[in-house]
Amino acid sequence: MNVFKNYFKSLFLLELFRGLSVTGRYLFRKKFTIMYPEEKAPVSPRFRGLHALRRYPNGEERCIACKLCEATCPALAITIEAEPREDGSRRTTRYDIDLFKCIYCGYCQEACPVDAIVETRIYEYHFENRGENIMTKEKLLAVGDKCEAQLAADIEAQAKVR
Amino acid sequence: MEFLISLWEALPYELQYLIWTMIKIVAIVLPMMLLVAYYTYAERKIIGYMQVRVGPNRVGPKGWLQPIADALKLMFKEIIIPANANKLLFLMAPAITLGPALAAWAVFPFDEKLVLADINAGLLYILALTSVGVYGVIIGGWASNSKYAFLGTMRSAAQIVAYEIAMGFALVGVLVAAGSLNLGEIIRAQEGGLFSWFWLPLLPLFAVYVISGVAETNRAPFDVAEGESEIVAGFHVEYSGMAFAVYFLAEYANMILISALTAVMFFGGWLSPFQGWPVLGPLFDWVPGFFWLVIKTGFFMFLFLWLRATFPRYRYDQIMRLGWKVFIPITIVWIAVVGLAVVYQVPWWFD
Repeated sequence: MNVFKNYFKSLFLLELFRGLSVTGRYLFRKKFTIMYPEEKAPVSPRFRGLHALRRYPNGEERCIACKLCEATCPALAITIEAEPREDGSRRTTRYDIDLFKCIYCGYCQEACPVDAIVETRIYEYHFENRGENIMTKEKLLAVGDKCEAQLAADIEAQAKVR
Repeated sequence: MEFLISLWEALPYELQYLIWTMIKIVAIVLPMMLLVAYYTYAERKIIGYMQVRVGPNRVGPKGWLQPIADALKLMFKEIIIPANANKLLFLMAPAITLGPALAAWAVFPFDEKLVLADINAGLLYILALTSVGVYGVIIGGWASNSKYAFLGTMRSAAQIVAYEIAMGFALVGVLVAAGSLNLGEIIRAQEGGLFSWFWLPLLPLFAVYVISGVAETNRAPFDVAEGESEIVAGFHVEYSGMAFAVYFLAEYANMILISALTAVMFFGGWLSPFQGWPVLGPLFDWVPGFFWLVIKTGFFMFLFLWLRATFPRYRYDQIMRLGWKVFIPITIVWIAVVGLAVVYQVPWWFD
């Protein structure tokens, strides 16, 4: 009996017509596409984009050169050199992130005890010359200064779950 | 103006005829090229819509200039000829594919009297030409001196042998029913509105013809000759620039041809679907026949895209099974049925 049913089904292309009706219906569905440069998809506060180094409200940089981020980085993208500053506090003299190596896992942000290294919501950036892929300490701090308000809000929003 | 007319009349008749035919050919081929360009655009849009995206929309308003941009890009690209390729055949092959696809339009009736060459063996001519087009694929794949191209060629050759027969048989049914090889006569035999067209008495042949048509033009779900996920691009892997563009044009020109032929053989070509009906018939009498032809052809062109958006590629042995073990028996049986119906003048198609 089943043999006949299957034979009938395949001979009269029944399932194929059902397939056609599905695509035919989808032809008139509302489209999901976001017109990228004009429209942008919403970004989560957890978004992991370009890196930044933050400062305290009094202007002092947060990073204390504990090198936990360097140790945890699975891609070995972070290079830190540190020595005591004149006032005796421990600070980095060099803090480089190679964006070609970085896999944007966010472990550095996770490891940081003082919320110094963070990943911002910035995802539109590019390099035009060799070497621009290295984010130096100055560049990281500049990004941090630019996005401080957003960064503080994002960290606040996630405080409960982290 | 006077001068031009007198100049024209001074020409010998043969030359006048030649020039006049040339003009007609241009009048057919140019719109055809434009249609092919915008068919590719329609394909990307419609398949996009069926996949819930929007398709190309950046070049020009709503992306209308996209095919122009594509054509320009291909024109400026280099035609790379592989080492050890047979240069002459390599460059000839795309032309061999495109030529028949355009030449077939010579006998195509666009309206009651609108046909370039009203020959009595029209159907035979079209069958012959569509078969020649396959040689372009085979020669191109062979001349490329590439394994992938050759694989694609082998697949294409086997597939086309299988489906050419089914397609030919389906058309034999049409010609038995119409009693003529002239395409205009075939259409006139279908006069009398939607239900007098051949699609109803020849329904199995119609289905076989459309599906074989998809297989003949190497379109999804029968695109094993191209098979981009298995053998890169099949027979045209080694082609680039304009040589590739010509293959591309040929594929789409063939699709349009098959759609138009389906409209002529099974859907009454230029005939109005309401012909001879009580109220609707006179109401639509003013509509030119060409308009109905375009609508019918357009539907089958859309069907090609719809099929591509819906079905995954057939497995190779299944294609062969379908061609040899399903289509050919069905067509043979139905030709016998149609033959009997014609002999005994079964109403209301054959009386």
